[in-house]
Amino acid sequence: MKYLSEYRDADQVRRAAEAIRAAATRPWCIMEVCGGQTHSILRFALDRMLPESLTLIHGPGCPVCVTPVEVLDRAMALAARPEVVFCSFGDMLRVPGSHCDLFAMKSAGGDVRVVYSPMDAVELARRNTDRHVVFFAVGFETTAPTNALAVLHAARLGLKNFSLLTAHVLVPPAIRAVLASPRCRVQAFLAAGHVCTITGTSEYAPIAAEHRVPIVATGFEPLDILQGILMCVRQLESGRSEVEIQYTRSVRPEGNPAALRAMAEVFEPVSRPWRGIGVIPDSGLALRPAFAEFDAERRFDLSGITANESPECRAGEVLQGLIRPHQCPAFAQRCTPQHPLGAPMVSAEGACAAYYRYRRPSQASTD
Amino acid sequence: MQCPVPFSQHSTVQLAHGGGGRLMRELIEGLFRAAFAGPDDRSPRGGRLAAPARTAAHDSTVIEPSAGPLAFTTDSFVVSPLFFPGGDIGRLAVFGTVNDLAMAGAEPLALSAAFIIEEGFAFESLRRVVDSMARAASEAGVRIVTGDTKVVDRGKGDGLFITTSGVGRVPPGVDIRPGRVAPGDQVIVSGDLGRHGLAIMSVRQGLEFETGLQSDCAALNGLVAAMLAAAEPDDVHCLRDLTRGGLAAAANEIAQDAAVGMALRETEIPVCTAVQAACELLGLDPLYAANEGRLMALVAQRSAQAVFQAMKSHPLGRDAAIIGEVSVEQPGVVELLGPYGPGRILDLLSGEQMPRIC
Repeated sequence: MKYLSEYRDADQVRRAAEAIRAAATRPWCIMEVCGGQTHSILRFALDRMLPESLTLIHGPGCPVCVTPVEVLDRAMALAARPEVVFCSFGDMLRVPGSHCDLFAMKSAGGDVRVVYSPMDAVELARRNTDRHVVFFAVGFETTAPTNALAVLHAARLGLKNFSLLTAHVLVPPAIRAVLASPRCRVQAFLAAGHVCTITGTSEYAPIAAEHRVPIVATGFEPLDILQGILMCVRQLESGRSEVEIQYTRSVRPEGNPAALRAMAEVFEPVSRPWRGIGVIPDSGLALRPAFAEFDAERRFDLSGITANESPECRAGEVLQGLIRPHQCPAFAQRCTPQHPLGAPMVSAEGACAAYYRYRRPSQASTD
Repeated sequence: MQCPVPFSQHSTVQLAHGGGGRLMRELIEGLFRAAFAGPDDRSPRGGRLAAPARTAAHDSTVIEPSAGPLAFTTDSFVVSPLFFPGGDIGRLAVFGTVNDLAMAGAEPLALSAAFIIEEGFAFESLRRVVDSMARAASEAGVRIVTGDTKVVDRGKGDGLFITTSGVGRVPPGVDIRPGRVAPGDQVIVSGDLGRHGLAIMSVRQGLEFETGLQSDCAALNGLVAAMLAAAEPDDVHCLRDLTRGGLAAAANEIAQDAAVGMALRETEIPVCTAVQAACELLGLDPLYAANEGRLMALVAQRSAQAVFQAMKSHPLGRDAAIIGEVSVEQPGVVELLGPYGPGRILDLLSGEQMPRIC
């Protein structure tokens, strides 16, 4: 299959792993930021093809995982309102808030619907003017442009019954937060290829220069990831710290200007709390004042809803790469995909769920 | 199959069609009996159903006792949409129960069909479903001999729900169940995986995507008979149709029930390009996707090649593949050996697969 089979080819993958083994003469720690990459690494057992001296640390790049409990509780409150049709991508439905998840709200009578595009939610609002349609806008820079377009489209249609519950987060501030931690062990980053497809790589250059870390915009297939790791290792071994693009079939240094324009027109950067990590300055997106009428948090006063996270969940340390999922005492014991204590165990791309799904505890502990 | 006389002046199902009166009798006689009756209202295999006089409109159908053990199963069907590429709820309802019987090695004798219809459901759609069931039953070589109809208020159903139950005769000496699975057994699948699940998803509201995919729904009793004929006696240890939860669910259930380990080779598992592409796009795994005409077989090593060849020569097993084997290690665990050597766990999902955010 075009763009797939060639990036999974067994011979090429083995050759790339050999090249990494040949290039790495010292121990190195590399963080893959994106949950999609974590998932690929575990699914294809790529980490087991690498030299033992090389450590992969799974980063905070799963938007489902970093959405704070507080925002989830606000989603539940909205879904409970009789006039609201609450629309979300499917993978948010199982994420637990303080008391329940959106599936439970649905079975209790809330009008919760899975949509596959924010445009579907706009269309629902257009056809049901007696209801208020809220779309749960979650995601990194990858989903923000389409959500911005949905707001612009709703504004053009003059809709008064459509809004976003916004929980957008941005990758570069998260990389800065990881690097700012005194316990940080990360020496190089695989940046998320699809995020860089939108944003380009200009924001990463100052991070690479200031912190002397190589950053490689990397794709998601096995060969992509191994090539990204090889590019990191070669930079580390030669003392370079540059921004490079492995995912050249999708990423341009300047990104996607049309998507960036839509994003900038509708959203502005704000400080946001990340689940398990805390507030990261300028790490989120909020609707600009001109689009305040599309902001569900303003339409329905939700500011009174606050929540604390499970004290037992060590998602914060997992998401910062300080511990591996199976090193958490609750892993696969009191915390499973059926009864998750924290979001990384829920989302398909969460590091804990990936370990739970692909590794037995006995296997995981030999890593 | 066409109804010989118009049975109703209504274009949609009314509450009265389930009310026990004249309209209900018209519905049963004009639609259901007309479609499901055999030419002489006798079982096509002859003699197993009681004489015609005893199968006329009555509260029960009478079946003469069979020599040897019987298999008995039931299943409910609530698919949305009701009509999808390659099938409809009627075909699923017949094949689903026939396949459940076949997984015990049983030849289907008779099915029941119970319909819960939402008030206002179009007769034209009901007729399409019923005709489709009649055709499916004929393909599977089974008769629908009894049934029931209820009509619920508009808004209290999703158009049409169907429940089918079935009785089948287990041939002498056939004993197929998870408990017989043993280390060394070969794991065979009857064809490529995920077509039904992805065909349904491609027409689900809000997610329409263009694909030539058709549901794989089919009656597997003929294939099973061919497999049993090819194997040494007793060598087909377990069969499972790969419905909801796909290969991953079936393999895990058997591994746990039989307390054995299973090692599957990912590169040997057949998945067609269209399913693979749709799964990549949506972030789904074809090993968890639903099938309605695929089975996995656990066969003793000495008969594995013969069974595999018999499957390859059957139209429903053309793309069969031997994908792994049963081991003594890690009882209850299914390991998937990856394309590059190292393996991973093939676990059950905690819920339905959901397309991902990004």
